[in-house]
This record gives sequence, structure tokens and C-alpha cells, in this order.
Amino acid sequence: MRYGYYPGCSLERNAGAYHTSLMAVAAQLGVEFAEVDDWNCCGATEFIAVNRLRAYALVSRNLALAARQTNGSNGAARGQLVAPCSACFLNLSKVDHYLSESPALTNDVNNALAAGGLSYEPGSLRVRHLLDVMVNDVGYERVAATVRRPLRGLRVAPYYGCLVVRPGFRERFDDPEYPTSLDRLMRTLGATVVDFPLKAHCCGGHMTQISRDVALELIRRLLKNAADYQADMIVTLCPMCQLNLDAFQESVNSMFGTEYRIPILFFTQLMGLAFGLPPAAVGIGKEFIDARPALARIGAAPPAEAEAAPKRKPRRNDQSLPLPQMPEEE
Amino acid sequence: MATSASLSRTSDFFREVVAEAPVDPRLEACLQCGTCGGSCPSGPDMDHTPRALFAMIAAGMRDAVLRSNTPWYCVSCYYCMERCPQEIRITDVMYTLKRMAIKAGYSAQTSAPRAPGFAQTFVDHVENYGRSFELGLITRYYLSHRPLDALKMAPLGMGLLKRKRLDLSPRPIRQIDQLKAILDRAREIDAAAQLT
Ligand code: SF4
Ligand code: SF4
Ligand code: SF4
Ligand code: SF4
Repeated sequence: MRYGYYPGCSLERNAGAYHTSLMAVAAQLGVEFAEVDDWNCCGATEFIAVNRLRAYALVSRNLALAARQTNGSNGAARGQLVAPCSACFLNLSKVDHYLSESPALTNDVNNALAAGGLSYEPGSLRVRHLLDVMVNDVGYERVAATVRRPLRGLRVAPYYGCLVVRPGFRERFDDPEYPTSLDRLMRTLGATVVDFPLKAHCCGGHMTQISRDVALELIRRLLKNAADYQADMIVTLCPMCQLNLDAFQESVNSMFGTEYRIPILFFTQLMGLAFGLPPAAVGIGKEFIDARPALARIGAAPPAEAEAAPKRKPRRNDQSLPLPQMPEEE
Repeated sequence: MATSASLSRTSDFFREVVAEAPVDPRLEACLQCGTCGGSCPSGPDMDHTPRALFAMIAAGMRDAVLRSNTPWYCVSCYYCMERCPQEIRITDVMYTLKRMAIKAGYSAQTSAPRAPGFAQTFVDHVENYGRSFELGLITRYYLSHRPLDALKMAPLGMGLLKRKRLDLSPRPIRQIDQLKAILDRAREIDAAAQLT
């Protein structure tokens, strides 16, 4: 199985653990992800808030490059483009969909692309999210057959967030309000899946940069929900979700007086661990809230050095380690 | 409010919003049912719910709509679009209103004054490098828009650096000139059509 691969900016650095783990898992499963050469940022949710046509042209350059690189290369007329980031996935599939719907928009976009010697025919690529490929192309059976070290005893809350399941322009593969594909994938790995009623609610996206109060409240609700159902960790499929729930967890704690310490991992990291890969090979250790204590309890990771020390002081100390802090309002 | 079957499209402002959207947002089909506002995670923090905003657009209340914080508090969760019985492209209308507010110079007067600065800084980075560059983005945004907050943001940056989750310098794409040519052409096309 060969796919065009659009990593997105986050996977280059802040979500490097997602890239490392998905590549390691793909190698185990015999799936090939060929990175789109010289791709550019898809504009996240910001570009379209500032420019109309430029935002569509920005995304379309990626579609044009991916189609040229992927289509027809190995017999398949219609190549497939996989994005692991929810926002990238939405932008790529939405632009493709809206271009198909509007010949006028396609015309404008292709006029712009022509300035760079490119063009794109709407619908000529299938844009997929990584989770979709893992559960529907690779399939639960093959995943199960690759499991070497089941994650028995690990209680995970599967977090989907928004954009993989909504609005589902194309390639809808799960329920938009109560999706279950990631639940089943986690169960296939041997983990215990807790009910997580807020599994498709929003983490706030870039709201952390705009309004601290609004963003931290959205994040707090998710953490509380996972804690209420006694999850050992939350598993995500989006780099922004991971960053928000992980890097801002301490900010939530100081704002609401809570003491959450819920590790946030990418689903591909747990796949890798269940396939028997060592924690370092799937990027464990890059998270703000250390996942190793929870993994050590089920024998999926050696106990971390930090684990040996008694439980952290619950009260925070402003002079201590650099923990994420949002600036105060005003 | 009278339960008219759909919003009147008579106001100039209404037509302007529709023209600025990338594809037809189908706004005239709005039933004023309120499903969108009831589904919105930011609803309680918004000046006006999406439903109210659409009624205001139909009524031609240009200033009040473009000054509202509603579009800037939209987190793009798409719950409203999923549930809207009329399949109105609500989230796209929110993006469209953000662009119009920036163009009209209203964006700094909303009760979400920080949002446009963040979006603009992000866009500048992508236009210059082809990729988003988090450290530069955070630094430039805070230094130019919220200098007093810049120091308080430092711990997050330190945490990311310590975990090797942040780049110290931007890594531009190879064919940045090609991307710039494409974006310049797009800008000309929009300018010729008097769109943003
Ligand atoms: S959505 Fe985020 S991660 Fe994806 S390409 Fe854009 S900036 Fe990069
Ligand atoms: S939950 Fe948050 S980060 Fe994830 S897709 Fe939605 S807005 Fe983006
Ligand atoms: S849900 Fe749709 S029809 Fe109902 S008020 Fe909102 S936009 Fe209008
Ligand atoms: S997409 Fe925006 S307006 Fe719609 S429900 Fe989500 S936050 Fe509210």
C-alpha cells in the first residue's frame, strides 16, 4: 500500500513524536507513506480568516504537487493523500470539495497556480485522514495480527476532536458526534476503552492564543471528563489537540485549582508499543505530562527516573520547572 | 420574531457577505431555528449567537455585525454545520466575516481584539517561509501585539524547547518563489474582483 503523505508543519517539530511513531508503525504494517515533495503549510484556520483566494491557492499548491507525484505513478489513476493532522486533513479535503462544487473558484485557483506552473483538477486525489487509512485500509484484523504486546490493563479515553469527523465533506468514515473507530482500534491493541462522552468536542484549536479563559475552559472539560471515567491517558489523532491538552494542562490546573496529570499520546504511539517497539522508537518522553508511569504500570515501558521519586508536590511553585503558562488576561 | 421561512436577502450587506464567501454559503435558507447557537462551544462568550448574527446580516446591520466578537470566538468545531437543518455553511460565513472585519478596519474594536493580530502574524510567516514557524510566530506575535505578555509566554516556549519540540530558526520550503508567485497572482485576481 502506497500513499502520498502530507505531514503538516506540526509534525516537523512540536508533534515530532506523531511523525516518528506513524512511520515506525507503517513500516511494521508494510504501508508506504511518500512525503509530498516541497509541500507548504495549509494555512490552518488562520489563512482563510485573512485572505480568500490566497487561502485556496495555498492549499491547492499542495493538492497539485501531490497529484503530480502520486497519480498514475503506480497504475492507480487516482492517488491517495494522507494527512495525520486534523486541520490539514480538513483543509485539503474541503478545498478539493469546494473546488469540485464551484467551477468559478477552480478557475481562479488554477489561474493563480499557473503563475507557478501548476494546475489541479478537483477530485483527482482522495484525501484521507491517517486514522481512516489505519482502520479501513490496513484494517483491524491486520493490526491485531501485528500486536506482540497487548496493552492489557491500560484505560484509554479516545479523543477525536472536531475535524476528522466533522463536517465530513468527503470520505466520511465515522459518526460525526459519537465516533467509535478509534475505540475499536484501541481495543484491538488490548487496551480498555473508557466511555468518553466528550470525545468529539473541541479543544479550542488556536483559541489558546486568543482568549485564555475560553480556551482553558474547553480543555478543562475534556480533562475532567476523562478523569471522571478514570482514564489512565487520553489518546489523540491531531497535533493541535495533543499540544492543547498536554502543554496547557498545568495552566488548567493553576486556573481551576485542579490536579490533573493525564498523559496525552498519539494513537500511533500506542500502536507502536503494542507492536512491541521500544518507547523511544515511538517518541515517548516528549510529552509535558510524562506517560511513562502509566505505561510502566502495564509493563509497556521501563519505569522512568522521575517515577522513582515520590509523587510530585501537588502545589505548584512558580520558581520551578518551566511549565506552560498562559498570560493573564489584561 | 416572526417565523419567516427564510432570511430576506434584500440588504446590500447580505449580498456582500454571500459574494465574499468562497462558495455559496446558502445563507438565505436560514430558518432562524437556533440549532447553531445551541451547538456552539463558544456560544456563552459570544456577543451574538450565530443565529442572531445571521438575522442581523439580513437586516443590513453592517457595523454591529463586523464589530461583533462572534466570528473571532468561532473555534471551527463544525458542530453547527453538522447539525444545521438547512446545510448552511456557517463556519465559512464566520471566516468570511473575519476577513470583512479586517478589511473594514473593525477587527481591533471587537471584544476579541487579539485574534486578528494572531491570524495576520501566522499568515505573514507562511507567506515568507511556506511553513508555519512556531517560535518566530509566538515571538513576533507577542512582541508586536502583546509586549507585556511576551515574558509570561516564555515558559511554554522553554518547555517546548527542552523537549526539542520547537525549531530555533525557520526552515523555508525550497520553491518559496513559486509559492510567492502563486499567492501574488491570487491577490491580483481578488483585487480585480474587489474581494478580500
Ligand atoms: S494546519 Fe497546522 S500543522 Fe497543518 S500545515 Fe497548517 S500549520 Fe501546519
Ligand atoms: S479538537 Fe481542536 S485541535 Fe482538534 S481538530 Fe478540533 S479544533 Fe483542531
Ligand atoms: S442552524 Fe442553520 S437554519 Fe438554524 S439558525 Fe442556524 S444557520 Fe439558521
Ligand atoms: S463552527 Fe464556530 S460557530 Fe459553529 S459551532 Fe463551532 S465554534 Fe460555533
